Amino acid sequence: MAQPQLRRPIESGVPDNKQYMHPLLLKNYGNWKYHDRPRPGVLHHVSHTGDEVWTVRAGTQRQMDIFTIRKLCDIADKLAEGHVRFTIRSNIEFMVSSAAKVNPLIAELEANGFPVGGTGNSVSMIAHTQGWLHCDIPGTDASGAVKALMDELIEEFKHEEMPNRVRLSTSCCEINCGGQADLAIIIQHTKPPKINHDLVANVCERPSVVARCPVAAIRPAMVNGKPSLEVDEAKCVCCGACYPPCPPMQINDPEHSKLAIWVGGKNSNARTKPTFMKMVASGLPNNPPRWPEVSAVVKKILHTYKEDARPWERMSDWIDRIGWPRFFEKTGLPFTKYLIDDWRGARANLNASTHIRF
Amino acid sequence: MAKKMHDTPNLDELEKGPWPSFITGIKRLAKNNDMAVDLLGQLETSYRTRKGYWKGGTVGVFGYGGGVIPRFTELKDEKGEPVYKDAAEFHTLRIMPPAGMHYNTDVLRKMCDVWERHGSGLIAFHGQSGDIMFQGTTAENVQKAFDELNEMGFDLGGAGPAVRTSMSCVGAARCEQSCFDEGKAMRTVVNAFLDDMHRPSLPYKFKFKFSGCPNDCMNSIQRSDMAVIGTWRDNIRTDEALAKKWFAKHGVDELVNDVVARCPTKAFQLKQIKDIRKGEHISSVAVSDTHAVEIDNKDCVRCMHCINVMTGALAAGKDKGVTILMGGKRTLKIGDLMGTVVVPFMKLETDEDMEKLVDFAQRTIDFFAENALEHERTGEMIERIGLANFLEAMELDVDPNMVSCPRMNPYVRTDGWDEEVAKVNARKQAGDRN
Repeated sequence: MAQPQLRRPIESGVPDNKQYMHPLLLKNYGNWKYHDRPRPGVLHHVSHTGDEVWTVRAGTQRQMDIFTIRKLCDIADKLAEGHVRFTIRSNIEFMVSSAAKVNPLIAELEANGFPVGGTGNSVSMIAHTQGWLHCDIPGTDASGAVKALMDELIEEFKHEEMPNRVRLSTSCCEINCGGQADLAIIIQHTKPPKINHDLVANVCERPSVVARCPVAAIRPAMVNGKPSLEVDEAKCVCCGACYPPCPPMQINDPEHSKLAIWVGGKNSNARTKPTFMKMVASGLPNNPPRWPEVSAVVKKILHTYKEDARPWERMSDWIDRIGWPRFFEKTGLPFTKYLIDDWRGARANLNASTHIRF
Repeated sequence: MAKKMHDTPNLDELEKGPWPSFITGIKRLAKNNDMAVDLLGQLETSYRTRKGYWKGGTVGVFGYGGGVIPRFTELKDEKGEPVYKDAAEFHTLRIMPPAGMHYNTDVLRKMCDVWERHGSGLIAFHGQSGDIMFQGTTAENVQKAFDELNEMGFDLGGAGPAVRTSMSCVGAARCEQSCFDEGKAMRTVVNAFLDDMHRPSLPYKFKFKFSGCPNDCMNSIQRSDMAVIGTWRDNIRTDEALAKKWFAKHGVDELVNDVVARCPTKAFQLKQIKDIRKGEHISSVAVSDTHAVEIDNKDCVRCMHCINVMTGALAAGKDKGVTILMGGKRTLKIGDLMGTVVVPFMKLETDEDMEKLVDFAQRTIDFFAENALEHERTGEMIERIGLANFLEAMELDVDPNMVSCPRMNPYVRTDGWDEEVAKVNARKQAGDRN
């Protein structure tokens, strides 16, 4: 029997964005002069030709059902001008050509449950991962933890009352797909993987699993007469790197996979060079459906920063000024021995000076 | 009408509160969609047991080796049958968005229609790599959905050891700080590597990201193997009307504390107008009848802070281009790596400039494919072989802009010193600005 004719893909790659762009953005492409923000959630851009465009930014749930997307399209057709874009943090932006269209658009968005904000010195939507909804190696959920946290931070999304912009992320394993941020919530495993020795030989390519371990704690072994792998548990740093290539090495643990909080990551070059975030808390319970213990620590850090930082200090700038001892003092977080870096390059993170704030 | 909903007491808690709820959205889908009903069943189980239940596998579309994320349920009953059979397969298509993530409502509605016919109806705008994630369909429907999206002008993104989907900021389309045509650069570069994207055969993933200025809104320096970031070589531009307007609103305290004091290289000073220096590298603008700001552009590191605070009053220069940094990535396996400078400046205006960028990317990927170990990212490879060796292979001249400071230890063989000095002097004589 003849095989059915399969359709060959059109290898078209990235589509041309100009076909979807708002006409005013297309007309003034590369010719913008400045912008200001008439109110939180609204950007007003002025071009060298004198053209003006207003952008209204609203938060979304990122994982959107088609009815939500169609509702946003209805709003864009009825009260905006049929063109939208998304930000890297899953906020949606509606561009309009007159100031008069801004307030009715905001009213319609908020009436339909889409908060307007996320601009300037606000807390924007949390960049996040897939979690239990779709990932094959998740220690926790992502959309749910983000929903619970944004419910509590929504006023900070809708206002611009922070010292500088605040970028958050969450990640459901230590690979940290959520990325660097002013404040990040990341799974931290506390026990070595539990190995199902019956499955290893058939499922895992053992040499590449051995090679994957950052501390050389995995070695081939015969267990119950079968080729398998064993872990030197004293060496293991519980990173979970062996789990993706070898699912029988289960790292996720309902009880012992905890959540850690990291602060001070910044990708912008403004003022200081970009910075990596630092771990400041761990051992928080993975407690669905709303993760209240995590929210409490996040809110405490953000409130302390809001109260104490000077204008334009990002989280990292603020901590640079006040110092780590006072960060822990003001936030009430315990500084434990596990927060002293001992990975490669760690000496650069020790205080090689007498610079001490008393 | 779909089948009966499962009880979801945990997920129901996520319908409370003011932020838009993804659970409410999936429940809307579940009224007509059995896959959404069973997705909620499995997700509720995860919330109860605190365990994930998806495993990967092999699902794709004809002609490509990647771009689909296969998911099969591992939540089985005692007979080995899926507990939630209508979500037993829940595959995702990664579809590449247009640069800057611009859409009109027509194309978004068409995407919704495709996913209503062939999928769960759940779409993420966007995943962490920048893809539109069409989440949840069967192996059979993956091909149908892709065929329709592909006919609309969209293509699959990357997954696995391949060139990955890229992102660029809104840039020139709506930002005065844009220093190059981000969208064009992103599209030109990525579309030159579609074979390496759709047929994964590199040692590991390779990501490009494009940010129009050093604010780096795409987080390219921490998250991409090759970060292309806009910058400029000449003086910061000024606008007196907007500078005076800013000063009238914000006053001297904010100017001193928020701008002058926060300049990282102290290039920014507030002076009486009569004391402002003249010179080729000085930008100055009056903020009042008596005072002006003076910027020594030779000391400026293009950090963007003063421009961010006084937008319009100050602006990037006109001699624009890009800095290229390589090797950014998160922890696994040797620790976090920030991208580091390999090309301090190049122009990116003409088609020839774009070709040079594509050529550099091509040589980088070729070298990566030849020299990286399995599962080793570009930054780790450079760390292992040393930046100087990588530069030599890429035929890039060394430049002190590539380091924070020179070597701090003597453990190096320097018997080629005189030859290297001769090369540096020859370049100087040729007047090469690199």
